[in-house]
Amino acid sequence: MKTIEEIKAAIEAAVPGAGVEIINNPSPSAQHSLLLQRETALAVAQFLRDDAELAFDYLSNVTGVDWLDKEIVEKVKVKKTVTKTVDGVEQQVEETVDETRKRVEPGYLETVYHLYSMAKKHGPLILRLRTANRTDQVELPSFTPIWRSAEFQEREIFDLYGIVYTGHPDLRRILMWEGFKDHPMRKDYVEPDDFEYEPTAHDAVAKRAQEHQAKVAAAQNGGAA
Amino acid sequence: MITPILARQEGWNRQPEIVPDGEGELLEVAMGPHHPSTHGVFRMDVTLDGERIIKLKPVFGYLHRNHEQLGETMSYLAIMPYTDRLDYFSSLSNNWGYALAVEKLAGIQVPERAEYLRVILAELTRIQNHASSVGFLIQDMGASGTPLMYAFKEREKILDLFESLTGSRMMCNYMRFGGCRVDTTAEWLNQARKVVAGIPAFADEFEALLTTNEILMARTQGTGILRPDLAVNAGITGPLLRASGVNYDIRKVDRYGIYDRFDFKVPLGEHGDVYDRFMLRLLELRQSVRILEQALKDIPEGPIMDPKSKIRGFRPKPGEAYGRIEAPKGELGFYVISDGTGNPYRYRVRPPSFVNLTILEDMCLGQNVADVVLILGSIDIVLGEVDR
Amino acid sequence: MAVDENLKIEMGKQGVFVTTLQELYNWGRRSSVWPMNFGLACCAIEMIATTMARYDLARFGAEVFRPSPRQADLMIISGTVTKKMAPQVVRLYNQMGEPRYVIAMGACAISGGPFKQGYNVLKGIDRYIPVDVHIPGCPPRPEALLDAFITLQKKIDAQSLTGENRPRHLNPEGQGEFPVPEQGEHDLEPPSNTLVWPAPMVIR
Ligand code: SF4
Repeated sequence: MKTIEEIKAAIEAAVPGAGVEIINNPSPSAQHSLLLQRETALAVAQFLRDDAELAFDYLSNVTGVDWLDKEIVEKVKVKKTVTKTVDGVEQQVEETVDETRKRVEPGYLETVYHLYSMAKKHGPLILRLRTANRTDQVELPSFTPIWRSAEFQEREIFDLYGIVYTGHPDLRRILMWEGFKDHPMRKDYVEPDDFEYEPTAHDAVAKRAQEHQAKVAAAQNGGAA
Repeated sequence: MITPILARQEGWNRQPEIVPDGEGELLEVAMGPHHPSTHGVFRMDVTLDGERIIKLKPVFGYLHRNHEQLGETMSYLAIMPYTDRLDYFSSLSNNWGYALAVEKLAGIQVPERAEYLRVILAELTRIQNHASSVGFLIQDMGASGTPLMYAFKEREKILDLFESLTGSRMMCNYMRFGGCRVDTTAEWLNQARKVVAGIPAFADEFEALLTTNEILMARTQGTGILRPDLAVNAGITGPLLRASGVNYDIRKVDRYGIYDRFDFKVPLGEHGDVYDRFMLRLLELRQSVRILEQALKDIPEGPIMDPKSKIRGFRPKPGEAYGRIEAPKGELGFYVISDGTGNPYRYRVRPPSFVNLTILEDMCLGQNVADVVLILGSIDIVLGEVDR
Repeated sequence: MAVDENLKIEMGKQGVFVTTLQELYNWGRRSSVWPMNFGLACCAIEMIATTMARYDLARFGAEVFRPSPRQADLMIISGTVTKKMAPQVVRLYNQMGEPRYVIAMGACAISGGPFKQGYNVLKGIDRYIPVDVHIPGCPPRPEALLDAFITLQKKIDAQSLTGENRPRHLNPEGQGEFPVPEQGEHDLEPPSNTLVWPAPMVIR
C-alpha cells in the first residue's frame, strides 16, 4: 500500500483544492489519518473508491467522536517594563514575567472512517471529518451513496451524537425510540435520574448515587412537611 | 470475482424498488420484536403485496445496552467482561478483538503460548457458533427441535472445555492485554484433542441431515441471493461475504496473531444464496478443525503473559488504534482512542452483524414472506452485537 | 381440607386414591407450566440450552414453549430489558392469560446487572410487573433455571384456592392489566409502577 503521504499527494492531484491534512497518531499503532474538508469530502471519497491503484472499495467502520470545548491553560513568558527602585534610584527595567493565559478551543463532533480494500487487500486508511461546532452547525456529507455500509452506522451516529448527514437516504433514529430528544453518547449528556441502589459504588457512580439519595431525601422531607 | 466499480450509475448499490402489481391491497406487517423465529428482539416492518415483499425496514435498539458509553466510563481492563456480552455466542473471539486493539494501542507483544491458546479458543468458538447457527437456521425452517439438539450437543462439549479453563460457560473473560488469564494443563489439552477429534464425525452427521433433505434444498437454493459487488460495497464480511464468492478472510489478509503458521483454506460459495451460506459454515467448521489439530499439536511451553504489560493501572499513551479480527460472524473491529487516562476516551465496536444487516432489505425484496426468516437466519445475527 | 397423610397411604394400599380438589388442581397446574418462547439477550441462550437434551426441561413438564403469550403460563425474562423494550414486555405480560407467572432470569432482569449504569437499560423488570422467582447469575447456569422451576412449582403447590393466599386469577379484586409505560422525550413515563414496586429507601 502507498504511504499516507503518497495517498495525500494522489488525492491532491486528483481533486484540486482538496485541502487534506495528515493527523499524526503518536501511539505505537501508527495509524495516521487524513482530515478532509467538508466541501470536497465526497469527491475525495469517490476518488479513493474508484482509483484503480488505491481501490478502497470497503468502508469498514464509521465512528462518531465528541470533542468538548477545551480550556487550555498555558504559561507564557511576557516581557514587561516595570518601574523598580534600584539602589535608591527609580528606574524602568525590562523583565520577563510568567503569566497564565486561558483560551478556549472550540469543540466539534467528528466522524472517523476506516477504509480497506478488498480487491487489493490493503488498509486501513483512516479519514476524519469534523463539524464546525457542536451545537448548530453539525452537518457533514454522507458517504452512504458511495459506500452502502455507512448507511446504518451513520444513522447510529445521528442518533447518538446528533451529527446530521446531508445526502443520507433515510436519516432516522436507529437505536433509541422515535420521540427521544437527547443524543446520549455526547460527553455532556445528563442521564435521567432513575437509579436507586448500587452495592459497590465508586467514583462517578458513587456521586450519582449520593445525588439521587439527597434528592429522594429532600422530596420525602418536602412531602412530609 | 469483484468487478471494478468504475462507471456505475447513481444508486447501483441499492436494489431497485419493486412496484406492486396493483391488484389487491398492500399489507403492512410488523414482524417482532417478539417473534417466535426472530433471533432475539428485532423487528422488521414489512410491506407485502400478497406474499411478495416490496418493502422491509429493520428496526433495532431493543437490546441497546449502552455498551460503548459504559466503556468510556470504565478502565481498559473492566471493559473486557463486557465484550463477552457483545456476541454472546462467541465471547472468546470478542475478547481477542478487544485485546488486539489495545495491544496495538500500547504496543504490547504476546508470548507464543498465549497466541496458540488464543487460536485454539477462537477456533473452538467458531465451531460452536457455526454449529448452532446452522441449527437455528433449520429451526427457523420449521424443523423444530431435533437439528438444534444435535448442534447443542456438540456445543455443550465445547462449553465444558471453556468452563474448565476459564470458569464460565459463556462469559469467559479470558484474554488480557499481552496474553491470557490462566494457563492450561496437559489434561485440558488432551481433553480438547478428544473433543476436536469428534467434531468431523458430528459434521458428517449434520451434513447428511441437511444435504439429503429435499424440502430444505428447495427452500434455500436460490433464496436471498446477494451479488458480490453489492456485498463488498455494503461492507458485508464473514461467511455471508464468502458465500457470495469474495475471497476475504481477515485471518488470511491481516495474518493477525499466528494465523500465518497454519495451513487452512478459505471456502467460497458460488451462488450467494441461503444454501451456500450454510454449507459454507459447515465447510468453515471443518477448516477450523484443521487449524485446531495443528495448533494442538504445536503448542509450545512458555509464559502466557507478557511480563512488561501492566494489568492494573493500565494507562496507554494518547493515540488511537483500530484492531480487527475474523469473528465467526464477520469482521469484528474495536476502535479505541486514548487520552492518556485510565479510561478510553472513545471506545467503539464495529459489530459484524449490525453492518451485515444493511443488506437485509435488498436480499428480501421480491421474495416470499416465509423466506424472510430464513434470510435473516442466514445472516446469523446476534442482537447483543447489533444493538450493543 | 387436608387429608391425613397416613390415612392417604393406607387407602392407597387398598387401591383408593384420595386427594383434595386443591391438590389436584395445583398438581395439574404445576406439572404443565408452559413458558413463553421469548428471549431477550445472553441469558436466553442459557434458557435454550436448558431445554436441550442435556438439561432437559421436559422432565418438569415445561418443554412446550409457546410462541403466543395467550397460550403461555410463564414468562421467563431472560436478559436485559431496555427502555425501548420495556413497554412491549409489559404488553406481552398483559396478553398472557391467568394464571401467569414470571421468572426474572439473570442479573439484568433483576436490576439491570452489569449494564445498570446505561441510559437505555431498565433497572429491573419488577419496576413494572410482579416477579415470582428471581435467579441471580450472569448468565445463570441451566441448573439455576431448573432450580427456579422447582421453586416456582413449590410456590404453585402452596397456593390455596380460597382465602388470602389464593392466586390472583381466583381473586376478583386481583389486578389484571398492568399499565404500559410510555416512551417519553428523555425517559420512560412513569419510571416505575408504584403499585408493584414502591421505590426502596436505601439505608446507608
Ligand atoms: S444477566 Fe448477564 S448473561 Fe444475562 S442478559 Fe444480563 S448480561 Fe447477559
